[in-house]
Amino acid sequence: MYGKKVKLRAFFILLIFLSVALIIFLAFKALEENVVYFKSPTEVKNLSELETNKIRVGGMVKKNSIITNESEINFIITDYKNELAVSFKGSVPNLFEEGKGVVAEGFLKDRSYLKAIKILAKHDENYMPPEVNEALKENK
Amino acid sequence: MANQIGNYSLYIALFASIFLIFQSSNLIRSRSKNLDSTIFSALSVQSLMVLISFFSLIYAFIISDFSNETVYNNSHTTKPLFYKISGSWGNHEGSLLLWLLVLTTFLLIFLISSKKLLNKYRLLTVLFQELIIIGFLLFILFTSNPFLNLFPIPKEGMGLNPILQDPSLAIHPPILYLGYVGTSIIFSSSLAALVCGIVNKIWAKHIKKWIIISWVFLTIGIMLGSIWAYYELGWGGFWFWDPVENVSLMPWFCLTALLHTIIVLEKRNIYQSWIIILSIATFSLSMSGTFLVRSGILNSIHTFANDPSRGIFILCFLFVLVLLAIFIFFIFQKKISKNLSKSFLVSKETAILVNNWFMMFFLSVVLIGTVYPIFLEVINGSKISIGPPFYQKLIVPFLIPFLLFMAVGPKLKWIKDNLSKINLNLLILFILSIIISYLLVKLYGVSYLFIVPLFGVGFFLFFLTVRDFFSKDSTLPQKISHFGFSLFILSILFNGIFAKEFSSNMKVGDEREFMNKIIKFENLKIIEENNYKSLIANFNISDNKDSINLSPEVRIYNQPKTLTSEADISSTFYSDNFLVFNVIKDDGYYNVRYQFKPLMMWIWFSIILISAGGILRYFKNDD
Repeated sequence: MYGKKVKLRAFFILLIFLSVALIIFLAFKALEENVVYFKSPTEVKNLSELETNKIRVGGMVKKNSIITNESEINFIITDYKNELAVSFKGSVPNLFEEGKGVVAEGFLKDRSYLKAIKILAKHDENYMPPEVNEALKENK
Repeated sequence: MANQIGNYSLYIALFASIFLIFQSSNLIRSRSKNLDSTIFSALSVQSLMVLISFFSLIYAFIISDFSNETVYNNSHTTKPLFYKISGSWGNHEGSLLLWLLVLTTFLLIFLISSKKLLNKYRLLTVLFQELIIIGFLLFILFTSNPFLNLFPIPKEGMGLNPILQDPSLAIHPPILYLGYVGTSIIFSSSLAALVCGIVNKIWAKHIKKWIIISWVFLTIGIMLGSIWAYYELGWGGFWFWDPVENVSLMPWFCLTALLHTIIVLEKRNIYQSWIIILSIATFSLSMSGTFLVRSGILNSIHTFANDPSRGIFILCFLFVLVLLAIFIFFIFQKKISKNLSKSFLVSKETAILVNNWFMMFFLSVVLIGTVYPIFLEVINGSKISIGPPFYQKLIVPFLIPFLLFMAVGPKLKWIKDNLSKINLNLLILFILSIIISYLLVKLYGVSYLFIVPLFGVGFFLFFLTVRDFFSKDSTLPQKISHFGFSLFILSILFNGIFAKEFSSNMKVGDEREFMNKIIKFENLKIIEENNYKSLIANFNISDNKDSINLSPEVRIYNQPKTLTSEADISSTFYSDNFLVFNVIKDDGYYNVRYQFKPLMMWIWFSIILISAGGILRYFKNDD
């Protein structure tokens, strides 16, 4: 027979093991549904299948592309190779500006049009999404 | 001049560190009975040197000495004095110097306040702490020296990101760091106690003070960051599950678990190994928090002042420390005196273990959500982000059992109790809470079913913690903190569920209707300030009964050229009216966002209550 202490210890180890398994199972189940992929306009253009999940598209706001009306803001995201039109209803962050980096989160309607539900801009005036940085270097 | 002084004092501190490591290990080996006075003097010299170096950096910022590269990169002559000073720790180099300052000062305080304890234990703590200090010193001196010279001397600096020019953000890093660095003392001394074999009641009483003080600072530090994000970023929320926010929350969960478990050690002399593991984990999370924020590895919307190349150093350093800690743990773990006193399933000990389970669960969720994107990017290069739904989905359902345990757990006695405590009164209170929450949900037409039990247990905890003030079951600090927490839960639930938001693009003179309210954009003023130009808009929000005027502002800074928007918030006892506007383009339209946030004040107030319990416990001599 095992002593009481050994039994207690085995019980705890089992409990810890079960907890870890539970956490991993729940977390990865939730991850499957809630992961948002980040793409550049070029990657969007080259998608073999149109993404139906929510995605993020990052790039620069094209110069002279912002058109505002009462409810919507329309603009174009560019990575200097390809462009993507974005329409957005809602509020924009401070550093949303033409010629600056931007990340739009939303749903693709087709390969050149995104209906955004959220606009993010890094609050650092010199920020550029890394992909844009790379694309810029390649184009030089 | 200040540059040289700052630099040389850091080198002297480095020598002091090397001396202290040798001296303390010598003394430990020779089993000396007295704590050598050289230890104390060397430590004083070290703290003084770091202090001098820190003040010389502040001095360089005040006089705008642009021969200093850090000052040049982060300051500007037209900046107000207050932000020149706070700017000295708002950047990478300065913030590390602040870390170091707190590290050395805390060690000095530890040495002074631990006179009654075993010599070997004190020396070992000094040794472990100096290992951390020397790592930081090397890191500062060779990868992020705040005292690099620039030549030729520039006429004007680059300026500080205006978004950081804010009072709550000026004191947020120092307070947060006090919490983070406090965990280093917990780390060093728990390893020292393990080696000496004194993980017992007396040690628990002594280390509890450090745990409480770190926890209080960490809590307030997180709150200040959250307040800042609320009104400065214009997102109109208090928590966004952004990686940078998450890394401060992870050590908080760990520290909260430790805060509860240490009481068990103090009263019952059990759970020793678990406490050591928690201490190691808390410090590792605090340090990796700094690492992740500073290295730029995190794909966060708000990482400031970062440089990827430096990340590797902290990562290796952290790795060595954790490895050392685990090594020590497995060697000396056998030394823990086995306590054969019995424990029963229904007891306070178990209740605290349940608390720990939930803390570890929340911690794991946040950890996975924060680290998984980095992990995936390394594995297959895809860039992902994980949004609030992930956290809400995993954390919110578990809040129900968590709050229920929190309501009942503190009522249990040590060692053994029985469930007869769950009597009729408690049951009636529980049913009453569920009914209240059901009525609320019905009244406001909330469509989620699980809101009823969630609100229900929230109210249940609230009622019980209120009732506790009239009982003698627990101590006053505990009552205050737990009551604060129940208030916090209720406020965030109300806030999350009943918040309303409206955004639109408006021209001056436009009117919009929202929730039976009329939002009118009345006028726009332009004012030239010293270092920025300010656009002040006037809005009127009116419904049948009353009307309020809100004047949000957009500031256009010239150095560096940036826009910031200052939200205008009218706070009342019940709710906040939050309005922020933004310039999109020069075409007459302004992007306007209006939010109605119930019980916002109560969120801040309840966090202050939670911390107040901690402060009271710190100053209260124990029963």
